[in-house]
Amino acid sequence: MDITLDLIVFIVLALFITVNAILAVTTKRILRAATYLLFVLFGTAGIYFQLNYSFLGAVQLLVYAGGITVLYVFSILLTSSEGDQAEKLNKGKFAAGLIATLTALGLCLFITLRHDFLPSHFEHGELSVRTIGHALMSGEKFGFVLPFEVISVLLLACIVGGILIARKR
Amino acid sequence: MIQMEFYLVVSTIMMFVGIYGFLTRRNLLAMLISVELILNSVDINFAVFNRFLFPGELEGFFFSLFAIGISAAETAVAIAIIINIYRNMKNIQVKNLRDMKW
Repeated sequence: MDITLDLIVFIVLALFITVNAILAVTTKRILRAATYLLFVLFGTAGIYFQLNYSFLGAVQLLVYAGGITVLYVFSILLTSSEGDQAEKLNKGKFAAGLIATLTALGLCLFITLRHDFLPSHFEHGELSVRTIGHALMSGEKFGFVLPFEVISVLLLACIVGGILIARKR
Repeated sequence: MIQMEFYLVVSTIMMFVGIYGFLTRRNLLAMLISVELILNSVDINFAVFNRFLFPGELEGFFFSLFAIGISAAETAVAIAIIINIYRNMKNIQVKNLRDMKW
């Protein structure tokens, strides 16, 4: 297999994502965990860009990296005092979680790599925003207008619910 | 050319790192961060399957798009609940949350 620029970019992204994901779940300080999560989300957006889904990458950057991470940082600053560190879990539970995760990871990777997928081919070329817009707004066979409307109702319900739950009594 | 399995390996690792964090963390916000990792890895899988196996279709793309929106809503409500818990208990460690109602 020859080394191409695509492959190098992918390897850098993959290492970036893996390292930051592991750091996000092992670091002691919760604010650092949120920062590492932000880096993982950036890496994921990079993978979307590499798959030529620029719109999805932009949505990922806007919604996840721009919105959710800020929400996390605010709530972390609201709910934890300074120098707050994760408490030590006892060794048995720690080892049980690690062993269960590694076993399941090995099993999943084994099945994924042994499975014969449909013949895959990478088709270059950007998915145009016009196509996305038409598919999102059409009620035809491959249209997505119903989930689009349903998610707007869901977001409205979430706004109302969030205010109702978190308001001062 | 990058094989499809490379992407799947990355997303599988990311998913199980998230599960590990969910099992070993004892802080509600840290557990929510782990859930976020799991959701994100599934989004990658949908986009990759769409791009490599069914390049003419849009189903996986739109599933990722809607999953991003739904996870944003889920995070907002979860953080509202966590802030409410903090207001009542002054703590968001899981071991202190023994009562459903107080």
